Amino acid sequence: MQQPRYRIETAVEATRIFAFAGIGLVVVLVLLPFFAGRGLVQDLIFVFYMLALAQLWNLLAGYAGLVSVGQQAFVGLGGYMLFAFTVYGGIDPLLAIVLAGVVAFLLAFPTALVVFRLRGAYFAIGTWVVAEVYRLVFAQVKPLGGGTGTSLSVGVINGLFGIDFLREVFGLRTSLARDMVMYWTALALAVGTVLVVYFLLRSRRGLGLAAIRDSEVAAESVGVDSFRTKLWVYVLTAGITGMVGALIYLQTARISPDAAFSVLQWTAYVIFIVVIGGIGTIEGPIVGVLIFYLLQNYLAGFGTWYLILLGALAIVIMLFAPSGIWGYVSARFNLVLFPLRRRLVRLNTEKVDSGE
Amino acid sequence: MPDRPGLSDSRMVLEIAGLSKSFGSVRAADNILLAVREGEALGIIGPNGAGKSSLFNLITGDLVPDAGEIRLNGRDVTRMPPHRRCKLGIARSYQIPHPFENLTVFENLLVGAAFGQDKHERDVADLCGQVLERTGLLHRANIPAGSLTLLERKRLELARALATGPQVLLLDEIAGGLTEAEIADLVATIREINASGTTIVWIEHVVAALLAVVTRLIVLNFGSKIAEGEPQAVMNSKEVRDIYTGIEA
Repeated sequence: MQQPRYRIETAVEATRIFAFAGIGLVVVLVLLPFFAGRGLVQDLIFVFYMLALAQLWNLLAGYAGLVSVGQQAFVGLGGYMLFAFTVYGGIDPLLAIVLAGVVAFLLAFPTALVVFRLRGAYFAIGTWVVAEVYRLVFAQVKPLGGGTGTSLSVGVINGLFGIDFLREVFGLRTSLARDMVMYWTALALAVGTVLVVYFLLRSRRGLGLAAIRDSEVAAESVGVDSFRTKLWVYVLTAGITGMVGALIYLQTARISPDAAFSVLQWTAYVIFIVVIGGIGTIEGPIVGVLIFYLLQNYLAGFGTWYLILLGALAIVIMLFAPSGIWGYVSARFNLVLFPLRRRLVRLNTEKVDSGE
Repeated sequence: MPDRPGLSDSRMVLEIAGLSKSFGSVRAADNILLAVREGEALGIIGPNGAGKSSLFNLITGDLVPDAGEIRLNGRDVTRMPPHRRCKLGIARSYQIPHPFENLTVFENLLVGAAFGQDKHERDVADLCGQVLERTGLLHRANIPAGSLTLLERKRLELARALATGPQVLLLDEIAGGLTEAEIADLVATIREINASGTTIVWIEHVVAALLAVVTRLIVLNFGSKIAEGEPQAVMNSKEVRDIYTGIEA
């Protein structure tokens, strides 16, 4: 017909600068355990896996509209699969993390079959009930410790891939080398999750997801298969959540049904992180997890008061900055670190519109 | 006028037979028989609650009929989900606009073009640009759809549906709530779309706007088709006069 006259533009100048800063930050984080103390390394492992869980829940709830209160089902499942694969399968823990993710991914299909029949608040409750079912089932499995739980033997943990290498090359103690391997695994999972979420949202499927979030009926009417899109998001997040769960219980080396399927630890805190950071943005959970970490670090000693404070803070943010701290900052300073906007640009002429 | 040569012997693009749907004791569609020729512009009128929007919902798949059959280009689509019907060539605008509010105007069209036509995003940039030009929204391309005025939202409904590359375009009261000048603009756009080959089925209360475009008119009441034919003749018929006492055609 004629020469193309329009094209689509996504990145903005500030973003490229941020991309380099981000790569720099990741490099610093990779090298950090060689300089930092053991306490900080262990704290950061916690920050990384909470960040991964928050990103995944944000993708589910903030983008696909699937407000799940039952993600602990996949954290616990992943943890238990790690124990099963390492203790009874003799598989290297790092490989077991991947396999645990595969199991969670596969079991998410039948789980979705049940919970996808429900919508909104009913979906939320349904996912919680399913997670309780998972907990009760694993409490029956005697070889995995039944209701009281079980521990990983030191042999299994110290057999972790890379520990021998670190000991020989850098002359590190086993415990330190173990922390470092887990730290890098957690970092890889966190960074990997952020990248998976970002590139998913930038893809065509992500565009469809954003349309479903705004109006499911209209999205269907223009050709978006909402059931398949949501199912895909659900099983993908379940798979990665399972991997994170496996890592968590590799680090703690002890698992019990009540801890592994804890709605407070693996869903309520995660929702808190996403809500205070800013739901529906990739930056939000990153901001949220840092705030959560600082609060926990300085206030956890106050016991129950700490929990009351968390709840109160979440309510205040929801009332006065419903789009979270990042939402507020982003609107105020027009700042976007992970650009998702697709702009239409007319070729050979000025931009179509300067508005954002 | 969209009365193009060869129209009468063109084939049927949409065929509906025996279509029925009830909500409790309310009959939203009662044994409807309807055929739409390729390229024609068909108008649908009827009082509130006559089943006009329900008919659209049945055609697009937002509702599943109790009985009957819907064929698109001879293919049975009666039980197909909406997104598959869209890919086969049915697009609609909603009476109450449903924009993707957090997406920009352009991104709204991009969803329609990329999914409705099953193409890669970068291959539909031109198409989206052209539809934005045609519907007068180009200057609003990169602003969030949530900040549009009512007229712009109506235009966006139209533009997003057009971006899917429809064969049949269903317009649900797209002129409602607009000023006369805005309606005149919209009518010109719709005639242009029809003239370029897109079949149009249009539900409208603003009868003057409808009559400026359509070549055939049907009247629905209580879920049944009560009149059909040449627009002026239908408007002058006894059935219509009984329903619309006092409305000037």
